[in-house]
Amino acid sequence: MKVTGAQALFKALEGERVDTVFGIPGGAILPAYDPLIDSKVRHVLCRHEQGAGHAAEGYAWASGRVGVAMATSGPGGCNLVTALADAKMDSVPIVAITGQVPSPVVGNDAFQEADICGITMPITKHNYLVTDANLIAETLREAFHIASTGRPGPVLVDIPKDVLLQEITWRWPEEIDLPGYKPTTKGNLRQVRSAAKMIMESKRPVLYVGGGVIKANASKELFRLAADGRLPVTTTLMARGAFPDAHELALGMPGMHGGYTAVTAMQKADLLVALGTRFDDRVTGQLAGFAPDAKIIHVDIDPAEIGKNRNADVPIVGDAKDVIAKLHAELTRQQEEAGGIPDRSEWLLTLESWKQTYPYRYDQSADGPLKPQFAIERLYESTKGDAIVVAGVGQHQMWTSQFWKFSEPRTWVNSGGLGTMGFAVPAALGAAAARPDKRVVAIDGDGCFQMTAQELATSRTENIPFITAIINNAHLGMVRQWQELFYEERYSQVYLSYDVPDYVKLAEAYGAIGLRAEHPDEVDAVIEKALSITDRSVVIDFRVDQREMCFPMVPAGASNDDIIVGPEGLRPTNEPAEAPVA
Amino acid sequence: MNGQLHTISVLVEDKPGVLTRVAGLFAARGFNIDSLAVGPTSDDGLSRMTVVVHVDRKPLEQITKQLNKLINVIKILEHDPGEAVERELMLVKVRAAGEDRPRVMEISTVFRANVVDVTRSTLTLEATGRPEKLEALLELLRDFGVIELSRTGRIALARGDKGIRERGARSKVAAVGAEEWTGGGV
Repeated sequence: MKVTGAQALFKALEGERVDTVFGIPGGAILPAYDPLIDSKVRHVLCRHEQGAGHAAEGYAWASGRVGVAMATSGPGGCNLVTALADAKMDSVPIVAITGQVPSPVVGNDAFQEADICGITMPITKHNYLVTDANLIAETLREAFHIASTGRPGPVLVDIPKDVLLQEITWRWPEEIDLPGYKPTTKGNLRQVRSAAKMIMESKRPVLYVGGGVIKANASKELFRLAADGRLPVTTTLMARGAFPDAHELALGMPGMHGGYTAVTAMQKADLLVALGTRFDDRVTGQLAGFAPDAKIIHVDIDPAEIGKNRNADVPIVGDAKDVIAKLHAELTRQQEEAGGIPDRSEWLLTLESWKQTYPYRYDQSADGPLKPQFAIERLYESTKGDAIVVAGVGQHQMWTSQFWKFSEPRTWVNSGGLGTMGFAVPAALGAAAARPDKRVVAIDGDGCFQMTAQELATSRTENIPFITAIINNAHLGMVRQWQELFYEERYSQVYLSYDVPDYVKLAEAYGAIGLRAEHPDEVDAVIEKALSITDRSVVIDFRVDQREMCFPMVPAGASNDDIIVGPEGLRPTNEPAEAPVA
Repeated sequence: MNGQLHTISVLVEDKPGVLTRVAGLFAARGFNIDSLAVGPTSDDGLSRMTVVVHVDRKPLEQITKQLNKLINVIKILEHDPGEAVERELMLVKVRAAGEDRPRVMEISTVFRANVVDVTRSTLTLEATGRPEKLEALLELLRDFGVIELSRTGRIALARGDKGIRERGARSKVAAVGAEEWTGGGV
């Protein structure tokens, strides 16, 4: 069968069972948009390529499948860069397809030409420039395979316009050959036995669970390991939902704005079982002072993460699902041999007492001002947690992670590693496209919201509704917090405004419903109204106390032992050694 | 420069951009490449790079792991000093007029270098050997005045009867707990 390169592209996407792509057409990618009309693939026409990229990420986060973004050459591809970098940092499987100027003019500074392969080399797991349409199907197969296996990540496929127009004989490659890509998925049994033995000998173990557990769909295995071994669990920002927060063994989120119990449990532990996590600086604080007494079992599918920041006593390379299942079986066996679970009641009691003494807290007085945490907590309670929650980056993200009690994996979507402001609205669009059966709630900051709000138009025209709750404190709140704490309250370029733009009017302009709550007693009614609307998007403008800060907090560069539990724990500090980054 | 000099052989697929990927990875992680030599191998479609880098043991382990993650990288071999044959080729144009000429010729003979170009005032020598040998030669030639110098960078083969592809996962990789690890990317 004779097809064009562009037709081959869509046949290949269909072959990979892609149901949705997010994109914007343009000159070089034009040939691809013609066969799209006859394709089964749904194209969601975004308003900015960055939005298309984050939407593909949101789709991948919520569904576990590869998200796809399409853009034209030059500025189209360049606008995908932030989303690709975000996906690389957070190991999100996406494939980006970009048009390129025709092969004969590549390298000639042609109109809308950019070397997108060169630009994205360090921020993709791999990328391709396809020079022959006969290679399109094979390249797409490789791209999807690389994006979705091993440690997932973004792959970019750049196709010159003439290659999209080239006529070829269609062939679907049944097999692909990647001699340099063979991820280790099966954990070594001898290492697993050593790990189980180390757990048996531990008096103060903590499971330090990262995003890899969600990526590997290993929540069930994790639950069995924790429950049958009576092992307390911390879930990092990337792993929220991997273990139910309501469980007695759940300690919540560790890290810079994590809970006292999770942070301190890891500090005092004699064993950390790190599962699909990378000892990121936001979790460890000052590395030298992190979990000083703990031995480390480190399970990760990426050998480069093992020993990168902290040496592992028992390293295990493998897929979290495989390794955790093996570890559970081995631990259960050793526990039976030993006549039961080692007695760690003192440790568990200590953790429980910390949980009672140091919960996340805030003070909402009846007559205001409205506290951001209150709005988020009421959203959680009103939805009964039955929603996919998406966050941007900053205070609102931390408060959401703190106050939302997750019970299922893939119900939390956010930008962790790269910390991409503007992530929430387009990612919510992607999550809602992937999971039309679920309520999607984006909890966003006012600063974040304005970076990508244009995708509300996409939501309306493509009929992909979701709720956006803007935690509007009129500021770049996290930066403001750092200036208050570490720059002697010298506020520099952080004030945005409560009412410019008018978020209710803006929502209405985009065809969404705009709502506003300024006082605590208005919150429930507004949320109830929002939840009653299912046929279009809703934007809620929660005007919250601009002075509210996010606690607990471990200042950048400080040890996790120096956690500040709340504003009363503030003491005069010198500027931290590390340059402040929100 | 910090750390020791390490020689790494990297077997790669001969695909566009692979040199940029390898070189870019060193740059992105903050390592200076001392020398880099690339050429075809006896296998069609495969090239071999020899990278010499100044680095401590721990960052070296990180860089080899990151290199292994590149899709086009097939195999990496870190050469232990003394267990590899290492060679380099150098072309050097040196002032050699008048009574200097026989002295330069004499040095050239001692180092088994070849004279590959002659002018009234200069000699161009071709020398091969271990990098230390070339350094020693260069040191002597500097007295006469080196006009121009071009070096290939080091290439290396491990001693013994095995090729790079037949070698098992390196001990450093086994140390991270993946005996089955095949050296593939992630």
